[in-house]
Amino acid sequence: MSTSTLERPAAGGGTHRDPELSGSPALATLRRHWRAASLLGVLVVWVVAWAIFKDQYTLVIGGSARTPVFDWLGDRSAWVEQAASNGSNPFINLAGAIADLVDSVFGWLQSLFTVAHFPRPLPQIGWLGTIAVAALVAYAAAGWRTLALVVPCFLAFGVLGYWNDAVDLLIVTFFAVVVSCLVGIAIGVLMAHSRRVSAFVTPILDVMQTMPPFVYLLPMSILFGIGPAAAVMMTLIYAAPPVIRITAHGIRSVSGPVIEATDSLGQTGLQRLWNVELPMAKRTIIAGINQTMMAALSMATIAAYIDSPGLGQPVLDGLKRGQLGTSFVAGIAIVIMAVMLDRSMTAAGFRAELAARAGERGGPFRRVGLAVATVGTLVALYLSHNYIWANEFPAQPDLGTPLRNAVDRFGEWLRTDLSHLTDGIQRGFTDYGLNPIQSLFADSPWFVTAAAILAIAAVVGGRRAAVATVLCLGMILGLGLWNHAMETLTACIVATVAVVVLAVVLGVLMGRSNRVDVGLRPILDMGQTLPPFVYLVPILILFGPNRFTAMLAGVVYAAPVAIKLVADGIRAVSPNTIEAAEMAGSSTWQMITKVQLPMARSSVLLATNQGLLYVLSMVVIGGMAGAGALGFDVVTGFRQSSAVGRGLAAGITIVLIGIMLDRITTYGAQRASATSPDSRA
Amino acid sequence: MFHIPIPRGNSMELKRPRTVAAALAGLGLAVTLTGCGGGSIQNATSESDTKCDDDLNVAINPWVGYEADAHVLGYVAENRLGCKVNYKDLDEQVSWKGFGSGEVDVVVENWGHPELQKKYMADQGGDGSAVDFGSTGNEGVIGWYVPPWMAEKYPDITDWKNLNKYASLFKTTESGDKGTLYDGDPGFVTNDEALVSNLKLDYKVVYAGSETALIEAFRDAEKNKKPMLGYFYEPQWFLSEVPLVKVDLPEYKDGCDADAAKVACDYPVYDLNKVVSKEFADSKSPAVDLVKNFTWTNEDQNLVAKYIAEDQMDPDEAAKKWVDDNQDKVDAWLKD
Repeated sequence: MSTSTLERPAAGGGTHRDPELSGSPALATLRRHWRAASLLGVLVVWVVAWAIFKDQYTLVIGGSARTPVFDWLGDRSAWVEQAASNGSNPFINLAGAIADLVDSVFGWLQSLFTVAHFPRPLPQIGWLGTIAVAALVAYAAAGWRTLALVVPCFLAFGVLGYWNDAVDLLIVTFFAVVVSCLVGIAIGVLMAHSRRVSAFVTPILDVMQTMPPFVYLLPMSILFGIGPAAAVMMTLIYAAPPVIRITAHGIRSVSGPVIEATDSLGQTGLQRLWNVELPMAKRTIIAGINQTMMAALSMATIAAYIDSPGLGQPVLDGLKRGQLGTSFVAGIAIVIMAVMLDRSMTAAGFRAELAARAGERGGPFRRVGLAVATVGTLVALYLSHNYIWANEFPAQPDLGTPLRNAVDRFGEWLRTDLSHLTDGIQRGFTDYGLNPIQSLFADSPWFVTAAAILAIAAVVGGRRAAVATVLCLGMILGLGLWNHAMETLTACIVATVAVVVLAVVLGVLMGRSNRVDVGLRPILDMGQTLPPFVYLVPILILFGPNRFTAMLAGVVYAAPVAIKLVADGIRAVSPNTIEAAEMAGSSTWQMITKVQLPMARSSVLLATNQGLLYVLSMVVIGGMAGAGALGFDVVTGFRQSSAVGRGLAAGITIVLIGIMLDRITTYGAQRASATSPDSRA
Repeated sequence: MFHIPIPRGNSMELKRPRTVAAALAGLGLAVTLTGCGGGSIQNATSESDTKCDDDLNVAINPWVGYEADAHVLGYVAENRLGCKVNYKDLDEQVSWKGFGSGEVDVVVENWGHPELQKKYMADQGGDGSAVDFGSTGNEGVIGWYVPPWMAEKYPDITDWKNLNKYASLFKTTESGDKGTLYDGDPGFVTNDEALVSNLKLDYKVVYAGSETALIEAFRDAEKNKKPMLGYFYEPQWFLSEVPLVKVDLPEYKDGCDADAAKVACDYPVYDLNKVVSKEFADSKSPAVDLVKNFTWTNEDQNLVAKYIAEDQMDPDEAAKKWVDDNQDKVDAWLKD
């Protein structure tokens, strides 16, 4: 997968940089030094204040403590549940009606593909028919190369032993993506045309993307019942923002002259949208749909917590039963699905573009091909409907069992041969790296930490970042989980530093060598699409339940995106510049540090921003691996009815941390780019 | 006959007369092919034994022992009573909520949950959507456990009074200069923070965060002889892999846990029970009596749980195996 299709847009959505450069290089250098000096100053004052006031006013609260804010939030949730059960609120009834509709359509689709309905012993269309339909769609929409990808992928689902779960997950994803697109493209168009709509919708999208899904598991199951509808809605919340943002971006960037030229022909606004804007933004919108699809797939495991059908269930089963192999095999099936959907969608995007240019549907060869494919599909459907062998996926060959056993043996090996070696690493890192920093954040009085964060925000990101920071910190304070928020913030910052270091090292290697790139990219693709629960367990085996394990899982999750961004940035440095530097006799080291990295600076900054947000989205899973703090609070809110309010408060706090970090890094990146010299070669 | 749906995206192709003709020809070919193929799909003949009109919706709470109960019950309902059983992977909180909406009929292993009882059981002041359906016969034990090697090496460690003596053994990066007491999933019943402070123990409760994390930590502790003290419970399949040893806390006496903040005694033995929805309890389904009569022992559950977790059997096969081996117990559940 290319970076562009998998990277999530920054929560702030404001990663565009102003190209304007400030006056003279000398002034810029001065300003940079001034900034570094002020940061150092802030740090010194902070450490001194920490040394004097340590452990006072830290706002620590007990694990089962309740506050008026928690109670208030808990009451809101109870109220919704009440209204849902007695049908007194029209909006909640509407949600119920939507749920019924989705459930019935979903049930119908399942009876076609995966679930037998009495008196028929098998679903209407079994594996052969399903594969044939998928192949036909792939061929019609994207060509035969995609067909050659889709069919083996589908066969792999069956051979791994998860045919039904895979098709169920496809149905959930399909549903969520279709609804996301119907609603999302419309909203995106409105956003592109109205600043006011845009200003209203953007913060909502920010919240949708940073709110941990565990927080809305319970509300969704209250509103939409227990069943596929709740799962689809869950997925929708997380998956819709990319297509909305990217549609808006695509329509906004349709060139002015084209619009003026067509306007001069006297078209109405609707005609312009339909005939000019949407077709010209088509490619971008398809990229948005692709991102939405990937986001939807990444919800598979979490949605399985409220019985969403699909591959998430075997992943959780493996977790519950302590079977590493089971989770892994199901996880691999999800990876295969992600790769399949991503590549097919990209190919379909290309094809749409080609078709639009050529203006025709392809030559006679294609027409014959389509006819043959259609006939073949009908035959396959017929066979699949009528014969057991074409309906039930054969039990042999079975790749799932040997793979599962191999992974289980691998786990055993980690446990016996490696586990005792890793303790030192965990201990050293926690004692000398994490603990001192956490103490600075969490053991300083709250006003000292708040002032320090605000000062850093102001120095790095300027006035706008400072305003956002004040608002976010104020609300975090009000929600009553300050101490946990600081622990989580520390872990995020430390993990992000690790991510950026990894990204720069591996990104430079990949950017400079094709061979490294080809070797690493599939691993990175897998890292991005494998459900985090799958690699959480091996990390747990190695390092035990603690903050280090949780951070490591966050780093594994966030690093691929960051590495790809840096690699692409390095690659984009113009060959002319490289050549000039070579002529001037720079060594490899000079080339990297003085030419490539400075020129790829904006990519590194973007990688930092994305790294932070990805790490933050792992906080809850970290809470399930011993990190405590906000992540644990969120899980507790889902698991215990007496802690619902606390869970909500923790979820909102995570959103606020996300928005704050995003604003600081985004504005900081803008300022850094604005003041950086063009080239220092 | 069943209608074959054609994906909408391709309807354009099908409008072409030539394609349609080709398609029909293809279908004809397929029809002639059917003449020689075996194994065609037959509809089930109408069941004579249609005692069970409604589906039985069984919640699956997230631990293996629960799964064992649910699948054995479900297997019997399906094969002896002809019910269609739907298993729903849900948390306790969500499961109980499902009683009212009719989405969940049965929770097969309930660990107390006074807060949920208050919300949903009529005699506790709730809305009456949940009904207690009696014991499963399983006894739930909660407590603090150490890996077997520790109990062997430090025999007196199983008395809580000696825990402070050994606190330094249990020091980790997460507990500063105190010993670590690991707790698991936030959903599980626990008084551990209060216990530690009320018993004046030199320990800090560290949340491993999930059952998986706790089990992996205990495995590691036994295998690599690392000290570990943690919350655990019985019946639990993992105890057959690593027989953890329970630490004795001050004995439980009725009412000693009344005030959660002042608890200084062991956990009570939980009589694990079944909870069903009011709607199901009042229904004429033959499964009502089955659920009411269902009881077995901790050994039974551990055996089925072991089939599922360690032997990696499919839960339904595990249930079948146990049911086949224990016909007499199953027959007792089905007697009116």
